[in-house]
Amino acid sequence: MSLLDTHIGFVEALRAAGLSVSLAEGLDAISALEQVSWHDRETVRAAYAATLVKRQPQRVTFDAVFDIYYPRLVGDGVAGERDGDDAEPAAGPRDTGPDLERFREALAEALASGDQQALQDLAAEAVARFGAMPGRGPGLSSWSAYTSLQRVSPSELVDRLVQGLLADGLDAERAQRTAGRRIGDFTRMVEGDARRRIAEEKGPEHVVGVTVRPTIDRLDFTAARRSDLEEMRREVYPLARRLAARLTKEQHARRRGPLDVRRTVRASIATGGVPLTTHHRPRRPHRTELVVLCDVSGSVANFAQFTLMLVFALREAFSGVRAFTFVDDVAEVSDVFRPGADVAEVMESLAASMSQAAMFGRTNYGRALTRFAEEHPDAIGPRSSLLVLGDGRSNYSDLALPVLADLAGRARHAWWLNPEHPRHWGTGDSAADTYGTIVPMVECRNLAQLGEFVHEIA
Amino acid sequence: MTTWFSSPADAATRLREAGYLTDDATALTAYLAGALEKPLLVEGPAGVGKTELAKAVARATGAELVRLQCYEGLDEARALYEWNYKKQLLRIQASSGQGSRQDSWSETHDDIFTEEFLLTRPLLSAIRREEPTVLLVDEVDKTDIEVEGLLLEVLSDFQVTIPELGTVTATRRPFVVLTSNASRELSEAVKRRCLFLHLDYPDAERERAIVTSQVPGLDDKVAAQLVDVVVRLRELELKKAPSIAESVDWARTLIALQIGDLDEATVARTLGVVLKHASDQRRAVKELKLATA
Repeated sequence: MSLLDTHIGFVEALRAAGLSVSLAEGLDAISALEQVSWHDRETVRAAYAATLVKRQPQRVTFDAVFDIYYPRLVGDGVAGERDGDDAEPAAGPRDTGPDLERFREALAEALASGDQQALQDLAAEAVARFGAMPGRGPGLSSWSAYTSLQRVSPSELVDRLVQGLLADGLDAERAQRTAGRRIGDFTRMVEGDARRRIAEEKGPEHVVGVTVRPTIDRLDFTAARRSDLEEMRREVYPLARRLAARLTKEQHARRRGPLDVRRTVRASIATGGVPLTTHHRPRRPHRTELVVLCDVSGSVANFAQFTLMLVFALREAFSGVRAFTFVDDVAEVSDVFRPGADVAEVMESLAASMSQAAMFGRTNYGRALTRFAEEHPDAIGPRSSLLVLGDGRSNYSDLALPVLADLAGRARHAWWLNPEHPRHWGTGDSAADTYGTIVPMVECRNLAQLGEFVHEIA
Repeated sequence: MTTWFSSPADAATRLREAGYLTDDATALTAYLAGALEKPLLVEGPAGVGKTELAKAVARATGAELVRLQCYEGLDEARALYEWNYKKQLLRIQASSGQGSRQDSWSETHDDIFTEEFLLTRPLLSAIRREEPTVLLVDEVDKTDIEVEGLLLEVLSDFQVTIPELGTVTATRRPFVVLTSNASRELSEAVKRRCLFLHLDYPDAERERAIVTSQVPGLDDKVAAQLVDVVVRLRELELKKAPSIAESVDWARTLIALQIGDLDEATVARTLGVVLKHASDQRRAVKELKLATA
């Protein structure tokens, strides 16, 4: 492949991964590359990043695609050649016991010193030695990060690493954290190197589609891993701030209310009866009173948390927010979200409130709705909007459709946010379609969609 | 046409001499912005040195800094140019007494739309300057969408069209830096025309270098301790993580209080300098296990 082909393929892959890279930006990238020297891979990366990535959340995706199209080294690289000087090059199995011992020794040393370059080399070696999955013919062999990590099992080195760090004078907690971070880094390096190997074997186009994850605001709530959830939590407040800024702007744009005839005429007396300046009545911003009713059972708990956090972060945009959680019973959680409360504490007390919302522990929408209507009949009035969050999976129990119809009828507006893809609605025990006939069902799978929706109703 | 920086390494050295410590990506992007003559859009959390970068470029290259501070309601008249209508009125009144009516009108008409009556605002003056100029458009995300439209002509072609005068093209392209806190998404059109740089919190090494260079007289040991605490604070889930500006403020505070050792009690007492939310402070005290005095 020529350089141009690689560039075109790279830009195509970025577009496929959801970055909007225009033709002009591609040209900019080329003229930027003309200006810099190419001996350093990081320089090339930075030049591409400056011209192609215009949104920081996309940087992770960009880096992943870049690593595949512009790999750190090809094949075994220099490390492989050095290996060849050993007594028995490629004769017999390369991942024998003594080799593994020696390798783990080297890894422990590199981890203790925190030497990034050494770790990177070791990661490449780990994949080369322990991660090869030989195939029957050319193009069929592959590389596995999982196998190499299983064989090397860096997590067993944690204790040793912690001991070493403690000896260096760090306190216990920090030593633990540092050790965890370094091992995590190494794991990521191994995964990255396996991707590089596979890309080399099968062509980068093949790998990009499989391995590159969507950016954090496009990631499905239901598909999120623990680390993703933490990252999402960090995103909620910036998102709320952006939404608030947008809302104030829009309200300002519509601020001029209807003409105030009395004041305009009065003012015109000063200018001889000619109304030079017109006066307007201030526009009363319409604020919704929001009642959020959310399913906090295991399957959709994350989704409910994010929605609640976002809604409460934007509470100024509403005249009042009340939140209720349910599994098969209902509990009010509005008090948890005090203004200026700490995010982590809110999450803890929210988790604690979940036990109150469950009586038998199996989601039962019908029961929860009935209990809500009984216990909080005052919650929904003609000025409030009802927002139900949940996947509508009710374990084939009674759905209490008349109760929901009554609630929706009393409220000014009612919506149902569903974190599942519409193609799953109504499958299995999902009553999404049935509920959807009463309350408009809205798909809300990621932060971007959630942000859009909350902006709509505020 | 002068080049701004001759190479990324040159950019790094000269910016350092101007008191701004860059990382590789920043130096490279600053160099590219000069070499490609494209505007540079800098994004990042508050207090990581976005505005300072523009000032440092101006200092390093000996250029003059023209600054346009953006805010809600900023309009053409305050960003680009305005006709000095008071002076125009005076001119009309002064000329109305003399000559035949017809003549004086056409004369005056041509006369009042000349350079003399033009009030240049930052964007136009940056373009018209003959000397090297750094144009800083600060907090561009605070403006309305319409102003972005106005920026487009300036950013892509470095020219301004004034209906009465014609098009003013830059004789010498300024080095344009736009900063944004990402409180709203800028339009694709603006982003497309810019190079993008995201400034983030620096690593411990660089932060220590920045703090010691900004606050002379700070003990190396205290600087290391300070950076250490700040790095740990950033790992916590806080509403506003401390940025470089806060670290520097903290170092100055320690100097002012003549504190030679940053122990836990001192951290707890001076935490208000770095954390500006009550809940953040409580959280930090809890997580860092500080003894509250």
